[in-house]
This record gives sequence, structure tokens and C-alpha cells, in this order.
Amino acid sequence: MKSQKSIDPAVLELLPKAALDGVETVWDRHAAQQPQCGFGSLGVCCRHCLQGPCRIDPFGNGPKTGICGASADVIVTRNLLMHVTTGAAAHVDHAYEVVEALELAAKGEINYNIVDEKKLQQVAKRLGLEITGKSKEELALEVVEVAYADIANHGKKPVQWLMANAPKERIAVWASLGILPRNPDREIREAMHQVTMGMDADPVNLVLATAKQGLVDGYSGLKLATDMQDILFGTPTPVVTEANLGVLKEDHVNLIVHGHVPLLSEKIVYWADKLQEEARLAGAQGILVSGICCSGNEVLMRKGIPLVTNFLAQEIAIVTGAIDAMVVDVQCIMPSLAKVAACYHTEIFTTMPIVKIPGATHIPFTLENADEAAQEIVRKSIASYGRRDPKKVQIPNYKRKIMAGFSVEAIIGALSTVDPVQPLKPLIDNIVNGNILGVVATVGCNNVKVTQDILHVELVKELLKNNVLVVATGCSAHALAKAGLMNSEGTETYAGESLKAVLTAIGQAAGLGAPLPPVLHMGSCVDNSRIGDLVTAIADYLNVDTALLPVAASAPEPQHDKALSIGTWAVTMGITTHLGVVPPVLGSKAVTELLTKGLSDVIGGKFYIETDAKLAAEGLLEDIRAKRKKLGLPN
Amino acid sequence: MRQILARSEHCLGCKSCELACAVAHSNSKTLYEAINELKPPQKRIFVESNGDLNFPLQCRQCLDSPCVHACMSGAIQYDLKTGLIQVDEQKCVGCLMCVMVCPFGAICEIPDTHRVAKCDRCKDLDYDPACVAACPTKALEFVEVREFTHSGRQTFLDQMKGVN
Repeated sequence: MKSQKSIDPAVLELLPKAALDGVETVWDRHAAQQPQCGFGSLGVCCRHCLQGPCRIDPFGNGPKTGICGASADVIVTRNLLMHVTTGAAAHVDHAYEVVEALELAAKGEINYNIVDEKKLQQVAKRLGLEITGKSKEELALEVVEVAYADIANHGKKPVQWLMANAPKERIAVWASLGILPRNPDREIREAMHQVTMGMDADPVNLVLATAKQGLVDGYSGLKLATDMQDILFGTPTPVVTEANLGVLKEDHVNLIVHGHVPLLSEKIVYWADKLQEEARLAGAQGILVSGICCSGNEVLMRKGIPLVTNFLAQEIAIVTGAIDAMVVDVQCIMPSLAKVAACYHTEIFTTMPIVKIPGATHIPFTLENADEAAQEIVRKSIASYGRRDPKKVQIPNYKRKIMAGFSVEAIIGALSTVDPVQPLKPLIDNIVNGNILGVVATVGCNNVKVTQDILHVELVKELLKNNVLVVATGCSAHALAKAGLMNSEGTETYAGESLKAVLTAIGQAAGLGAPLPPVLHMGSCVDNSRIGDLVTAIADYLNVDTALLPVAASAPEPQHDKALSIGTWAVTMGITTHLGVVPPVLGSKAVTELLTKGLSDVIGGKFYIETDAKLAAEGLLEDIRAKRKKLGLPN
Repeated sequence: MRQILARSEHCLGCKSCELACAVAHSNSKTLYEAINELKPPQKRIFVESNGDLNFPLQCRQCLDSPCVHACMSGAIQYDLKTGLIQVDEQKCVGCLMCVMVCPFGAICEIPDTHRVAKCDRCKDLDYDPACVAACPTKALEFVEVREFTHSGRQTFLDQMKGVN
């Protein structure tokens, strides 16, 4: 059992207050769930038909197959496919919403704009569309047509978003394995069919189907969503703000955006600014919008909105007693929020038809009524401020300065101050000469099984010390931001000598007057597509397969199905992908072997499971060094 | 002295106790490592069901101890320090007499060694039974008999409410 719940000092300060206030937190519920079921933990519990539930005895004394005859190998892979498909479905659904938004915006039917025409043209060009002589609305509608065509594809043609954006070498590998997706919705449907009773009993075939879902997620989820969001709201450029609970202001209306899709949070940010005067009339100094999870990351990247905290401390944010309202959209929203909020004056606003929580106030948000809904939410937050009990307020004085907004375009922008002709050259030259040993992307969630943030922070410190450049998204980015790893001082303190020299040189050239941060915040979870784009661009520049690059990925504290689907995509890209929490697959030795070893012969990438930060760093460094050696680079 | 007592009406048959028992008798004492040990660890608790009733059953430590009497090699004896019947695996000759005389069927064979094993109350875990800790519905308890019966009487009184 973990002795410590978090390494975040703000969370540690508020946990006793939570107990005093009678608030039950995720850590209490985790303790109440102990011990957790061993069959489920090993992935050998099957609930796919009503003859079950069945479970396999991992010690070999009891049943070796389920009632239908499914072995542990089949049950584990079927469960894994279901997890990954669920994650992919969440991202494809997210992407679909923003495609719809771009369509209606281009038709002038909703009050959203096409903000980034350059990105629109870049996306259109990749899709092979002619861009000259077209208004941005016309071009946007053509782009939307392609996105819709993928979802309406009844033929065998692979997903166009993938074909336009994935590296050619990779497409050839995926084609040879027969895992190129045709239509995201159809692939998700097929996978849900494949896992039903009496279907696939070949674990290898099921793993390949899982890999296909990784591609569905990567291109019809992540990449599609980021492209649409950049067009609608702008491609991020570097911003400076702060992270952790100390960003909350006692004399302001504190309104938190929490969830994942920026359609709502962008409007909240806009209307919070417009209605500042109403907040002042209500006795506050103004309205402060801040963010949790990826809605927070989206408005951080584009609007410089401060980050409050990450997934595991969403309840703790309310325990400050200073949150007047928390508005949520989709994904990673704990159902417990309404109960926690009931201990304070905090209002929880649910907004989406598929996310309702008893005890919360539901304000339906649609693309058509976006402005009205956002205004109503902001005004109700102001009203809630009046009900705040000052005796219950405790805002921990912890916050860190962060620099974020590192889209691929922003990174190339910074690098082009060094080499305007070949902007990637300075980065790649430094990777080649070993000043930068490699690049690791840390992504994903918090998981209550792990002391909050410890694996993110300890792993990354170790990597930086060894001159590995780190890029981060999602709740991993939050964790690293809170730990002071996303500012220039972080470079001075944590980066190895040669990495520090490179970051300092780029920072000077870009006119920062200080080094670039050692960890580059690349955005939300769907913005893992940006990492994919960066890896693809580097591979393209060097004219090698992405599987050969000294690049690795890590989800140090994964919790969500989405983390598994993103991780699966990274593996299909040929990248070694570390998981710091054991996924439910160990019940099958053969499948575990396949996922952590065998896959790399077939697809280039593999999963790497290690729950200790130091050992994980060593493992990733070893992987990077092996790849460097293969490329003939110095170690 | 605390005893392992079961409320069978709370047993859902999940077999978490069986799994935890095997892990408690492994070398590593952790699930993820135990499943890969060369000699699979042996569980000593058994969730039996007759269709209506589930019951997690293990050695009841009974006083007439037929297993002790039946053991010709002296492998099964009372441990004087704890008062518990324990099996000395080194002395066991695998005659399986104890298996035949146990009225609960609570003694099992370790297939690899052809010797017997039974609940040792988690001697390796300082006599803190893993099956009890693993039970998600608290069907298994490790309590003094008087506490167990007290709560049984309380339940009875609750049921009487509204009867008088």
C-alpha cells in the first residue's frame, strides 16, 4: 500500500482539510476497494456473455478455459481490444464534434470562426486539395467533406486522414499486416463485433485488431481533432502562465473548465472576459478562469489560461472552498464531483447530453446555443461567488511559472530563429551529435494506484539528467508543470549539460533571454497527434522509418482506456511505449510476451511495463541507446 | 483467540480468497510475480457451492483433530506455541490418510511434491489471514467468537423488529 497520496504540496496541504470537511476523496475510495480482484487485475475475467462471468485460475489448478472454451490468451486479448476500442471511440467522437463545428462555422450557421487559415491550407494541402482561388469557408467545407467521407466510407479504401499524414514506411508496414483502417466508425463497430461471444479465438489476430484501433485513434481521433481545433481556434504559440492550486484568487470569481473538448471552454474564456464588469458589481475583483485536465490544456495552449491541477486532484480543487463553479464537458470527470461540491457552495455544471451527474446543474450546450449557454454558466458562477463561505476558503500558496504552447509549428518557429532555411536541422544535428540523446514523450493520466505525479516527475528528472529532451501532453504535462519542469529555471536545475547548452542556445536565438524549458508542453491528450507530427517530420527529414529513431513514449500513470489506445498508436508508430501501471494482461504469458517483445519484430514498437521510475528511466535510456547504435550515432 | 469465521450468505463466490491464499503461500507474496513462479503456489481455501449456498472452507482447527490421529509420520501436529494444527512438509510421506479423514475436505495435495497442505492461518504473514483481507464482501472474518456471535445476535434482533 502506498504511504503517500501525492507529491504535490498543494494537494498534501488540502488533504487534512478534506478529511475535516467530511469530504470523501478518490484516495478514500481506493482504500475502500482494497484488495482489488486478482482475476480482473490479470485480465482473466470474462463478462462477454450471460453464461459467465468466467475466470481462469492463474495458478493452473482450476479452470483453464471459460465456459465457451476461451483460453486465458483469448480472454486477455479480447479484453484488451475492448479497452483500446473504447479509448479510440472516445477520441473519434471528440473529433467528430469538432468536424461538425468546422462545417457549421464555414456555413455561417454558428458563431465560431475559422481562426487559422494557414493551418487550414496546410491541412488541405496534405489532403491533396487545391487551395488557390478558394475562400477559407469554401476550403474548410472541402476539408470537412474529406473528414466526413472517411466516416462514410463503405469501400475498402483506407482512411484518408491517415494516408495523408502518416509516414510512408509505416503505411507499408500496416498494409502488410492488414491493419489499415477504412472507416473509423466501421472499425470500432467491427471490433465490438469481434469481441462478442463465439467470435475471434486467435490471440494474435485480436492483438492485430487492437493495433488497428490504435491507428483509428491516432488518425481519426487525435490527428483529426487537433487539425480541426487548430483551424477553429488557432495553432498554439508559446505562452507564459502558472500552474497549481495557487493560481486561484481569493477575491475573484473562480470558474474552472474541466474535460476535453475546447468548443465549450473557448466560449467560457471569451464570455468570462466580457462579463468581468458583472463580477465586479457582485463584489469580486474579476473572473478567473482556470483549467483541469485537457479542457484546461486546450485553453492554456491557445489563451494562456492557468492550470489548476490534474486528474487525481479534481476533487481537491473544490476543497479549497474557493471554486465558485466547475463546468465540465466530456471524459475523466469523476462522478463524485457533485457530492464533493455539496460540501461547499461550488456549482458543478454538466453540459453534454452524454455526461449528466445527479446533483449537478445541467445546462445543455450545443453548437447553436454556445454563446447563450456560456453566458448562463458565467453568470451563474458570479451568483455562486456570493454564496461563498470565506471561513471555508484555503488556497495553498503553491504555483509554478510555466511556458507552454509548443505546437510543432511553434517548435519549428523557435528553431527557425537558428536556421531559417532548414528549421529542423539544429534539433536533428544535436540529436545526431549526441548533445540530445533522444526524445521521450510523456503522456496520459494520474492513476490513484500511484502516488500522484511521482512517476511523471521522477522519470522525467532522470531522463533530463541524461540529456533526453522531453515533450509532454495531458495530465503528464500538468504534473511536470506543477513540479517546475516547464520553465527556464527547470532547465538550469534538471537538464544535463549538453541538453542545457542546446536549450540555452535556442532560447537565446528565439529572443527569450533564457533557455527553453526542458519539457515542452505540446497540449492536450488529442494533441499527442502533435508529437506524432513531430516524429513524422524528423523521420521524414532523415529519410528513415520512425521505428528507427531514438524516440520513446511513456504513460507513467495511465488510468483511462484512452491512454491505452494512444499507447497502442505509439507502438504502431514503431515506438517503445512505457506503461508505469501494469495493464490487465499478465494473466496470459503468451500475450504479455507478444506485447512486450514479439510485437517489435512485426511492427517496430512494443510495450514496456515498469512501475519503478528509476528502472523505467534506465529501460528507456537503454532503448534509446540501442536505437542510436543501430543508426551509427555516438552514445 | 481469533478464528476464521464465514458468513456464507455474504459469499458471492468470487474466489478472491482462493487467489489471495495461493499468493500468500508463494515465494514472492505478490500476485504478478507468483503467477510466474516455477512451482505454482497451492491454495488452501476452497469456495464450495451447492447451487444455493457458497461457502469458503478451510481447515477448521477442530479439537478432535482426526488428521493428527491419522498421521502416521507425525507430520501433522499441534503447534504448542499457537495451539494450531500444522503440517510439517518435511515429515509428510504422502499417504493421504489425513485427506480421507478430514470431515471438511480441507486438506489438499500439492501435486508436484505429492505431499499435503492445509490452511496454516498464514504463518508467513504473522498469522494475518490473506483470505480474510481479500474478501470484498467481508463474508470472511478473523474475529473472536464472542464478537462474531454478538453481531449475529444483533442481526437477529434487527430481524425481530416489527415482529413484536
